[in-house]
Amino acid sequence: MAKFTTKPNELSKINLIPPQTEWMDTPVEIKEHMFCHPAKIKDLETVGFPNAREWKPTEEDWKLPDNWERTILEGMQSLLKKYRSFSLFMDICVRCGACADKCHFFIGSGDPKNMPVLRAELMRSVYRGNFTLAGKILKKISGARDLTVNVLKEWWYYFYQCTECRRCSVFCPYGIDQAEITMMGRELLNLLGLNIGWIAGPVAACYMKGNHLGLEPHTIKSSIDLFVDDIETITGIKITPSFNRKGAEILFVTPSGDLFANPGTYTAMGYLMLFHELGLDYTWSTYASEGGNFGFFTTNEMAKRLNSKIYAEAKRLGVKWILGGECGHMWRVLSQYMDTWNGPADFLEVPVSPITGTKFENTRATKMVHISEFTADLIKNGKLKLDKSRNDHLKVTFHDSCNTSRGMGLLEEPRYVLKNVCNHFYEMPENTIREKTFCCGSGTGLNASENMELRMRGGFPRANAVKHVHDKHGVNMLANICAIDRATLSASMDYWVPGVAVAGTTELVANALVMKGEIERTLDIRLEPLPGKEASEEVN
Amino acid sequence: MPNIEVNGKQYEVDEDGYMVDLEAWVKDIATFMSKGDGMELTDAHWEIINFLRDYYQKYQIAPMIKILVKEVGKVMGPEKGNTKYLYELFPDGPAKQACRYAGLPKPTGCV
Repeated sequence: MAKFTTKPNELSKINLIPPQTEWMDTPVEIKEHMFCHPAKIKDLETVGFPNAREWKPTEEDWKLPDNWERTILEGMQSLLKKYRSFSLFMDICVRCGACADKCHFFIGSGDPKNMPVLRAELMRSVYRGNFTLAGKILKKISGARDLTVNVLKEWWYYFYQCTECRRCSVFCPYGIDQAEITMMGRELLNLLGLNIGWIAGPVAACYMKGNHLGLEPHTIKSSIDLFVDDIETITGIKITPSFNRKGAEILFVTPSGDLFANPGTYTAMGYLMLFHELGLDYTWSTYASEGGNFGFFTTNEMAKRLNSKIYAEAKRLGVKWILGGECGHMWRVLSQYMDTWNGPADFLEVPVSPITGTKFENTRATKMVHISEFTADLIKNGKLKLDKSRNDHLKVTFHDSCNTSRGMGLLEEPRYVLKNVCNHFYEMPENTIREKTFCCGSGTGLNASENMELRMRGGFPRANAVKHVHDKHGVNMLANICAIDRATLSASMDYWVPGVAVAGTTELVANALVMKGEIERTLDIRLEPLPGKEASEEVN
Repeated sequence: MPNIEVNGKQYEVDEDGYMVDLEAWVKDIATFMSKGDGMELTDAHWEIINFLRDYYQKYQIAPMIKILVKEVGKVMGPEKGNTKYLYELFPDGPAKQACRYAGLPKPTGCV
């Protein structure tokens, strides 16, 4: 496949003229750089997903099994029965259009089928045609249509052009959750083996090895050893973290991306430094070595299977509660699904910070605390010695992850932390943050390289808001609390707003953290000279 | 999946040109792939390719750039253990290009 080479000034010329034909009569056009490679056979087979085969989205024949229509319709029927939300969302939309221009993919592409209302309609039309009397009789007049190969292709193309970010649902007067519709769409597509490689790969790796990247225990250890070496270079302090330690008070779980990809690794160094300074009785696990859950982007059952190891490991190690790192969708799963899927975690205690004594009542059900809540509580209680000036070279803004903001209401804690570790903090415009935050553009497993045009289009609204504070205040650091953000926003910034770097919030905490017995810091967490320390190095 | 033909033998590669069967890799595949990019492999390239293969044997994953830089520095000295040197050797990025030549898969997930 040819490389994606379109320049930002070209890509930002968005064509808002809709096609001449009605949407139902406009066949889907599968465009290069807008879709991900299909799932690999071995990855689908690893987790027992059906119809693993070689196929190409751009070819006519998708090698669907016989009777595929029946498989989809029966699947749909069973989902309608199982989920009242789905059944409701298929019925109640009045097509007011409030959601239409709220989707980052629509804003960045101008493709009408990326209006959430129309993306949902791709499925609603089939629902009407097969499950409602009016639709069966009135057909097209009532907005109904048959399930054909072209409809299925349209589903695949557009349900993998939605990041389940739920921004549209904030504006929907009925509260229709488009993410749920996309989730159902992907659930049905998986019945036919219509998954993508960037999701199926991590799912299979996580199922076999405990994390998306497929890091084996000694690989995890070698990564953390490397961080420990770098921390010693920066602070003069040798940290000795523990792994799979029975009897630890706290199990720490974070996305594997933090262990193996920049700039996530700096966030991981931040965790290590913070926990060491607190003298926290905690352990890493090489079994529950993934906080994220790409299974969540396939089927409910797969997500549940992958999630089960977190409680299982907490039980095996006999910890009191679980602390979780910076990740987006991980927290949607943990705070809204884990307890009912794999709980109740009645073998754990309601989390209490051993440093401040604060009881995290909000986690009474899940027994799992977010690192930002934990850190904000430490700062509020004056337990951390912080030197904000170490972040003086940074002008910081904060990108709310879709899932932590809209999925769990974590809005103030990361901001409180950032304002306490940085002197220069600037908010992006009000309608692009908090519950109205714009997606990074590459969530739900769409952060591959072959769909770069889709990613840059989807990332455009967020980047535009960053550009605003970059131009106005000189913002040069985009802080966040999500591993996918760290991976994807770096690419998006390089493309749309060069000069803005990306960092996990805990990295900035670690920069400012004054540790007992540390040497005079001259380097930041990235081993770059701290502000004001460059010159003295040259003199020496 | 597409195939590449090296010395009269067919090898399967994925959409991005990475080897599907890592066991089937032979040195001539790296040479073949580099020619496709208009590059001539030198001893310096081979040092990195061999390092990547050894690392993969041990850890079952391609190293992240941070590890690559550090380990190359340890074994081959600081003048080679830096990002600039590695990018000069492999302009498309040592992680992507060198791994492809070495027959390693690219990591997926939050990366």
